[in-house]
Amino acid sequence: MLPSRYRGRPMIAGQGSPLDLGQITFAPDDGIQYSNDFRLSAAKRRDLVLKNNETVLACALNDQMRQLFGRSLKLRQVSAGGCNACEADLNVLNTVVFDLSRFGIQFVASPRHADGMIVTGPIVRNMREALLKTYEAMPEPKIVIASGACAISGGLFAESPEASKGLETIVPVDLYIPGCPPHPLTILDGLLRLLGRIKR
Amino acid sequence: MKLFNGANIVLSEIPVLGVQLFREKIISQCQEGARLVNFFGHEEVDGGVRLFAFLGWDEDSEITVFSTRILADHPQYESLTKDLIQAHWFEREVAEQWAIIPEGHPWLKPLRYHANYRGKADIWPDVSSRPIPGSYSFYAVESPEVHEVGVGPVHAGIIEPGHFRFQCHGEEVMHLEIQLGYQHRGLELLMRGRDFKRSALLSEAIAGDTAVGHSIAHCEVVESLSGCVIPPKAQAIRAVALELERLSNHVGDLGAMSADVGFLPTSAYFGRMRGDYLNLLLALTGNRFGKGLCRPGGVLFDVDSQMAEEFCRKLKGYKKEFEDVSNLLFTKPSVLARFEGVGAISMENAKKIGLVGPAGRACRLERDVRIDYSSGFWQFSHIPISLAATGDVFGRALVRRQEVVRSLEFLLRILSSLPQGGIFVKPPALKPDSLALSLVEGWRGEIMHVGITDENGGFARYKIKDPSFHNWFGLSLAMRGQEISDFPLCNKSFNLSYCGHDL
Ligand code: SF4
Repeated sequence: MLPSRYRGRPMIAGQGSPLDLGQITFAPDDGIQYSNDFRLSAAKRRDLVLKNNETVLACALNDQMRQLFGRSLKLRQVSAGGCNACEADLNVLNTVVFDLSRFGIQFVASPRHADGMIVTGPIVRNMREALLKTYEAMPEPKIVIASGACAISGGLFAESPEASKGLETIVPVDLYIPGCPPHPLTILDGLLRLLGRIKR
Repeated sequence: MKLFNGANIVLSEIPVLGVQLFREKIISQCQEGARLVNFFGHEEVDGGVRLFAFLGWDEDSEITVFSTRILADHPQYESLTKDLIQAHWFEREVAEQWAIIPEGHPWLKPLRYHANYRGKADIWPDVSSRPIPGSYSFYAVESPEVHEVGVGPVHAGIIEPGHFRFQCHGEEVMHLEIQLGYQHRGLELLMRGRDFKRSALLSEAIAGDTAVGHSIAHCEVVESLSGCVIPPKAQAIRAVALELERLSNHVGDLGAMSADVGFLPTSAYFGRMRGDYLNLLLALTGNRFGKGLCRPGGVLFDVDSQMAEEFCRKLKGYKKEFEDVSNLLFTKPSVLARFEGVGAISMENAKKIGLVGPAGRACRLERDVRIDYSSGFWQFSHIPISLAATGDVFGRALVRRQEVVRSLEFLLRILSSLPQGGIFVKPPALKPDSLALSLVEGWRGEIMHVGITDENGGFARYKIKDPSFHNWFGLSLAMRGQEISDFPLCNKSFNLSYCGHDL
């Protein structure tokens, strides 16, 4: 269903050096061979580092969290310094094509109504405070999701003094969704895995 | 010195004028019909800053460029803005980037809140150490009857950060100040050097919704400086991608505007149809935003006859669908009542503040880089300009509607007669100590990139201008005297880029 040129999960040939899904931008000329597999999310940062073709996909939250959020998850989105393509493909989940709310997942307008936040962009200096305030304003327990190379590792901007080296250097992260930007299917797959609604 | 789009010039050939003459020449050329298309600084070896002015003569397809020197120990000059409003944002940018004071500037505040590039004392001492807006207050109307509304930086939906400060009398907006900078990631500095693989990637991340437009501009700068002539087929494929990008965004904007007036049928249709164009970009480039297509020297993905036929077949269907759905939107009295007369800007004011793109064309400003400064494939295949006269939300919607139809016609035409041949040639090294410029009509309007090389042919300075840089002030102006509840609609009708502005 995805066209042949789509660049999903990389293929690793032999004993190459490890590849960090949280850093790459899935560019056609970066020397990496890409497959058509859109499943990329992981719950631990180290699971994004591929050493061979073994796949560790995101696993579900613990039972207590799943009981709380498994059927209704309200997320606040914080855009923090990227290029807005990540945001655009998050928004797509709200269209009739994906209809995210049928899975009980919704984006809300206030951190006070949110069970978690989904962050895009390399968390630049000028957004750091607003991000922390949003995080603090959400009631416990809360979930944090980093979407896109920028939010995971600083991405293309990691070397800029204005950018951070990723969301995990600021707040603890529960789900990493690689891509530049991640395809809407990649995001949806990650969210549903986190909630234990996809297992394979 | 007169340049055309895509030209390059040895730096020493650009005239250097005295500061006062420089100022007078900019103002007098603007009185004679030119407009300020760029204005920025570049540090010299002695610590001074050379300021460049680029004036566009749309009818002649020419850009005049000249410069002046601001001395390291006397970092100031007489502000242009008091006599030339379109210089407002540019002068604030120069002040922030180079710690140069435009004396007499009417509203000298930081644009993006970062330390200056020269390592000198900043004009605003705590500009980079305190969260926005630091210690710099917003424009306030003082009266017990006036109240203030502040929104952002984090917004209610999935949108980029920015702060909007309204001065209201009841429901009526007297003034709106827009404070950006939250997305600032130091892009222009990252573009320096000679890693052109990296700079191409970065150019696609200036504004993700304009990845194609900005990456074409970047490629043209590198190609100009290296004397690289790309194959005709690569030019055609770039044009295809640029129009697909325009289509996805224009259609998406019409959907967003439908949603803001509560007309959900077209909001849902357009929302889905936007995806059709993104999926064509995905089929072409492997990325829904066209990232990875354009590289200095050409494009990385070919369109064979089978793909061209497939695209044509789909686009014909999309065209029919678009015509039906836009008829639905543009014939509903309840929609028109909400579009018409809201957020209007007069042609005179649009000219004064230097609006570009669909927002400018909605005020009957005949500005379109594809026509005025055609380069690449646009030299051989033309698109008629789309104009509206009302300058309001309706005008901005109407221009988009016309442009969608014209882009579709254009695509159907070129996809059925694509040039033959290769799609990539490796560019040679870049000329040292030179400047090259490129303009591209992105879906929001005029994109401009300028690259200046050092003695080794790497970028010593890279200037990026997203059309939003011209148009944010237009949104403020459009809100004057409007109901505050019309802000979301007005905002969508401009749909400007935060990250493209903040860099
Ligand atoms: S990860 Fe890529 S697509 Fe997402 S914001 Fe960063 S540069 Fe843009």
